[in-house]
Amino acid sequence: MTWLGDFFGDPANWSGPGGIPMRLLEHLEFSVLALLLAALVAIPLGLLIGHTGRGGLVVVVSANLSRALPTLGLLVMFVLLLGTASIWPVIIPLVLLSVPPILVNTFEGIRGVDPELRDAAYGMGLRGGQVLGRVLVPVALPLILLGLRLSAIQVVATTTVAAYTGLGGLGRFVIDGFATKDYASVVGGSVLIVLFALVVQLGFTLAQRVTVSPGVSRRLKTR
Amino acid sequence: MITFDAVTKRYPDGTVAVDDLTLEAPTGEITVFVGPSGCGKTTSLRMINRMIDATEGSILLDGRPVREIDPPTLRRGIGYVIQQAGLFPHKNIVDNIATVPRLLGWDRRKARDRAMQLLERVGLEPGMAERYPFQLSGGQQQRVGVARALAADPPVLLMDEPFSAVDPVVRTSLQDELLRLQAELHKTIVFVTHDIDEAIKLGDRVAVLRVGGRLAQLADPETLLAQPADDFVREFLGHDRGIRRLQFVPTDGLPLRSGLTVPEGYDGDRSEPWLLTVTPDGRPVGWVPGDGKGGPEPFGTFRPGLDSMRAALDAALLSPSGCAVAVDDDGRVLGVATRDDLDAALTGAVDGGRPPARPERGHE
Ligand SMILES: Nc1ncnc2c1ncn2[C@@H]1O[C@H](COP(=O)(O)OP(=O)(O)O)[C@@H](O)[C@H]1O
Ligand SMILES: [Mg+2]
Repeated sequence: MTWLGDFFGDPANWSGPGGIPMRLLEHLEFSVLALLLAALVAIPLGLLIGHTGRGGLVVVVSANLSRALPTLGLLVMFVLLLGTASIWPVIIPLVLLSVPPILVNTFEGIRGVDPELRDAAYGMGLRGGQVLGRVLVPVALPLILLGLRLSAIQVVATTTVAAYTGLGGLGRFVIDGFATKDYASVVGGSVLIVLFALVVQLGFTLAQRVTVSPGVSRRLKTR
Repeated sequence: MITFDAVTKRYPDGTVAVDDLTLEAPTGEITVFVGPSGCGKTTSLRMINRMIDATEGSILLDGRPVREIDPPTLRRGIGYVIQQAGLFPHKNIVDNIATVPRLLGWDRRKARDRAMQLLERVGLEPGMAERYPFQLSGGQQQRVGVARALAADPPVLLMDEPFSAVDPVVRTSLQDELLRLQAELHKTIVFVTHDIDEAIKLGDRVAVLRVGGRLAQLADPETLLAQPADDFVREFLGHDRGIRRLQFVPTDGLPLRSGLTVPEGYDGDRSEPWLLTVTPDGRPVGWVPGDGKGGPEPFGTFRPGLDSMRAALDAALLSPSGCAVAVDDDGRVLGVATRDDLDAALTGAVDGGRPPARPERGHE
């Protein structure tokens, strides 16, 4: 416990490029950027494949690849290939890792919508795009958000490891701490990472509350 | 009017679901497609709104081939009701009903007002408007499904086994509701069912299909019951075809005797075997023996002209006297139809071969 006190009580840890606020910001930046890019690729692709029913193989391959590829290996490979002059050697593998969960869940969410419902939507006279946007997406939203959340957690965790490559982020407290036997830093950094992950989870829970219709989540009580 | 002109549907796997179907569904009437499972009813129906395209032949909507109409545009002008309602789970009831008006570009307010109006029209309370589909019973969901199909006031309504998944009591009330709505709205309805009783109850015309998608018979219900085209239709119609035919025999001509009613508390001694006691305001109480000893015994009623011979016979069989009590809409006694008079009317109906014009439906 004194380690925590040492870490969070040290004013030096609260300022400068190696301080908590800066590291937190870096961690946030990497995570958000990677997740955003991944979502931009994976969500439209998942919607398209799920809606048209064509290209399901892409989903399967990406899901299998994501299980087969070692996170750290990928990171190291990109850093060795591209150097550490920019953040991209870290961002690219992070994006690659977070695409599959979003893609798979978006695809499954859309494909899993009751065929009767899809049929009714077409029968009402909705066009293909309207069926997707006005019916399939709202109904599949819980799964799409689940994919995003899984990816977000993965990204947050992997960004920690990214500190090995010399880039910033909260992982630096842990890695540098081990290197210098500064266990206060190791423990403090770990706590920050856990808190960060929890906040992300909470954020998704709130987003789910706000965006998913009560008719889909069945949150309302039957009166 | 919807016209099937030599329509055939062959699925890619070679299944011929509909084979050379030619028939008309007249404007303002209910045409029922009935037949065993897999006989091509759904396929036939869905070719009308181009959810499926015919392989050969053409389907005309008021003379215009549906093939020429862009499917979403076509469908917005045709109400479509399916078995599981297919309501949008993420929208509340009023928004579900307003779907097609909104697609057609009505403003939010007008679409909503219209939806509220329809909600009541199909027998749901305005309080349901803000609920979501999962909060409704199956029967209520079907009502919403019907309201949604009617929202933009399309001239044509396609219904694919809309009441099959609800329990029999609810089904009966939904059927009655549909007939009531149709009496006001005069839509051109094509209704698919595998239930011959439903077909006979709802249909102005009934098309019986056999497996392989061939039309076995197209007729109004009374003709169907009286003169089935072949053994397949006869078998499909079931056993009590004779009794069911009676529901198309009217009761207006039935003689009603008025001398058989006596006030409540009767203790006289008349030679009639049974007398009907009535309240001071004319409502039936029960049958008592002519000597005043015993009773009152149960009775059955029918509304002459409104109910069919089947109802009258049913009423007669419910009482020890064998007579049916005729009542007006308020339940006041108009008279009594005796066993002999019923017999005579039945004989006439059978001898007549073709039963006389059918009475109003919906009171079975
Ligand atoms: N998409 C399809 N592909 C191949 N065969 C089909 C398809 N849809 C229906 N069928 C077949 O066509 C026949 C008629 O089906 P359907 O119109 O659904 O019958 P019903 O509604 O009378 O039960 C059945 O034999 C069914 O198996
Ligand atoms: Mg069917």
